Amino acid sequence: MKISTEKLISIYEKMFRIRAFEEKVGELFAKGKLAGFVHCYVGEEAVAVGVCQNLDDKDYITSTHRGHGHLIAKGGITKYMMAELYGKSTGYCKGKGGSMHIADASKGILGANGIVGAGFPIATGAGLSFKYQKTDQVAVCFFGDGASNRGTFHESLNLASIWDLPVVYVCENNMYGEFTPQSRHQKINNISDRAASYGITGVSVDGNDIFAVYEAASLAIDKARKGGGPTLLECKTYRYRGHFEGDPQEYRTKEEIEDWRRKDPIIKLKKHLLENKICDETKINKLEENINKEILEAVEFAEESPNPKPEEALENVYTDIIEEARK
Amino acid sequence: MKEMTYGKAICEAIAYEMRRDKSVFVLGEDVSIGVFGVTKDLFKEFGPSRVMDTPITETAIIGAAVGAAATGVRPIAEIMFMDFIAVAMDEIVNQAAKMRYMFGGKITLPLVIRCAAGAGIQAAGQHSQSLEAWFTHIPGLKVVYPSTPEDAIGLYLSAIRDDNPVIVVENKSLYAVKGKVEDEFKPIPLGRAEVKREGDDVTIFATGACVSKAMMAANELEKENINCEIIDPRTLFPFDKETLFKSIEKTNKVILVTEENKRGAFSAEVAALIAEEAFDYLDAPIVRIGAINTPVPFSKVLEEYYLPSVEDIKKAVKSIM
Repeated sequence: MKISTEKLISIYEKMFRIRAFEEKVGELFAKGKLAGFVHCYVGEEAVAVGVCQNLDDKDYITSTHRGHGHLIAKGGITKYMMAELYGKSTGYCKGKGGSMHIADASKGILGANGIVGAGFPIATGAGLSFKYQKTDQVAVCFFGDGASNRGTFHESLNLASIWDLPVVYVCENNMYGEFTPQSRHQKINNISDRAASYGITGVSVDGNDIFAVYEAASLAIDKARKGGGPTLLECKTYRYRGHFEGDPQEYRTKEEIEDWRRKDPIIKLKKHLLENKICDETKINKLEENINKEILEAVEFAEESPNPKPEEALENVYTDIIEEARK
Repeated sequence: MKEMTYGKAICEAIAYEMRRDKSVFVLGEDVSIGVFGVTKDLFKEFGPSRVMDTPITETAIIGAAVGAAATGVRPIAEIMFMDFIAVAMDEIVNQAAKMRYMFGGKITLPLVIRCAAGAGIQAAGQHSQSLEAWFTHIPGLKVVYPSTPEDAIGLYLSAIRDDNPVIVVENKSLYAVKGKVEDEFKPIPLGRAEVKREGDDVTIFATGACVSKAMMAANELEKENINCEIIDPRTLFPFDKETLFKSIEKTNKVILVTEENKRGAFSAEVAALIAEEAFDYLDAPIVRIGAINTPVPFSKVLEEYYLPSVEDIKKAVKSIM
């Protein structure tokens, strides 16, 4: 599949933005600047970007606890994301969601989610909504190998398949469900095999190969958009950082991480861009420099933003009722 | 005025909203027929594109309703028996109730969840419970409980038009009960209680099927010159404290009757509110009546013992007179 030069550069830019954002987040967490649970996406960038590059603003995604990458890939703005991670009033969720619930519905992002596997029925419902309204929108559900064992996976794929809903279920198989390797949490190697039980197409691709992800996602999204129903797309990838920041990672070796680093999706794409003269080194350096600057500005924006007023905690529960303050 | 059953009133109210708003649709298990036949006529009028039979899949029914509500439509999801809602608790408690808040108010979820609650038809432990307290506990949800056909119409109109997740508890023992309804359908604002019977001696606060039990008890007590006032909150959240407190201010006595297991019941929350905010009005202790604290038993004899009765209410009233 031919991807235009302009698109390839945009893909590289987004992948690099995710990497730069996440590495900064890891650094800030280690310094004690960020609190709560933070799950970084470093290593899996080709999946979010390869998929979302096939979507429009009007299309929707559901994300996971490891959601920053999906947000950036779908057009999320890093300064509002960073401010949310800092719990500031300028953050995407006014400091009420944090890393695990970061969302921008105006860009078709139905939120990161703290419950593993919760996105399946929500994305399915978005697909139902599009079919009901006879639009050509598509919903994409990102989930991990761990989530594929939840009951929500089965109920949702079953419903989407019988109703031919425009949903693409994208599995980011990063080989671990939290601390447990895939071989100990399910009997199969390819999660896409499960598509057979719903009578839908299942595909497994190298999730660190942006071209493979882009092409498979393009076919699945196009099919869904044209009324062809759901697809289960598995992208095999790896996270370099822990399940969450601060995870001592007793469940894997340094060698294993190094092996995967040699298959890094960003390095691979950069090499492709240079070798095929799609982009020269100067242009790439400039692009990376700009993104690094953007991330530093995002941190500055977050640090300088005001905290929410304590009583703002009472707002936004309902559209029309403000909860009572403690007497 | 015309006469209509509670079940038919629910159907008519939903049909009324589906006619005026194309974004409203119904999904659930066997809704084209309906275990209690409530949605059967909806299917006849609107067909499978707006009255959708789902597989047996409560998690996906509620989860899909959440995703649909977040993307521009107004689903009405049916949970056939309220007991089955346990299967979809994550979708209600962690998703529907919290999405708006966690996203900083930047999303609306116009979603209605219908569920048939209550005992009395020998449906035993997994088809008879009254679980409304689970949901009044969760910020982000509204909880509605109509006790008459007329209220069912007005409350459904409001619930469907509401931009928040609303759980409507229907008491299955009421489906065949007839009542008068106005010819013109009008929404009843959520959070407005109704004085179902006026009286000066004692306030009986009751929900769902317990409202008619309270009415029967009141009619019998009247013969003994005890005049009961009956308050039906109709919406459990938002909750109309004022109407209740005004009544207690007049009678100085209150009995709370709900069909729930008494331990941790919604009536306990109401009792706490009265104790905190209306204590000075009271001349007698608050009395709560509920089901016994057991699962719902099957045998007719046991089920009758389980449920709060007209006699229980009469006895309670007399105990504080």
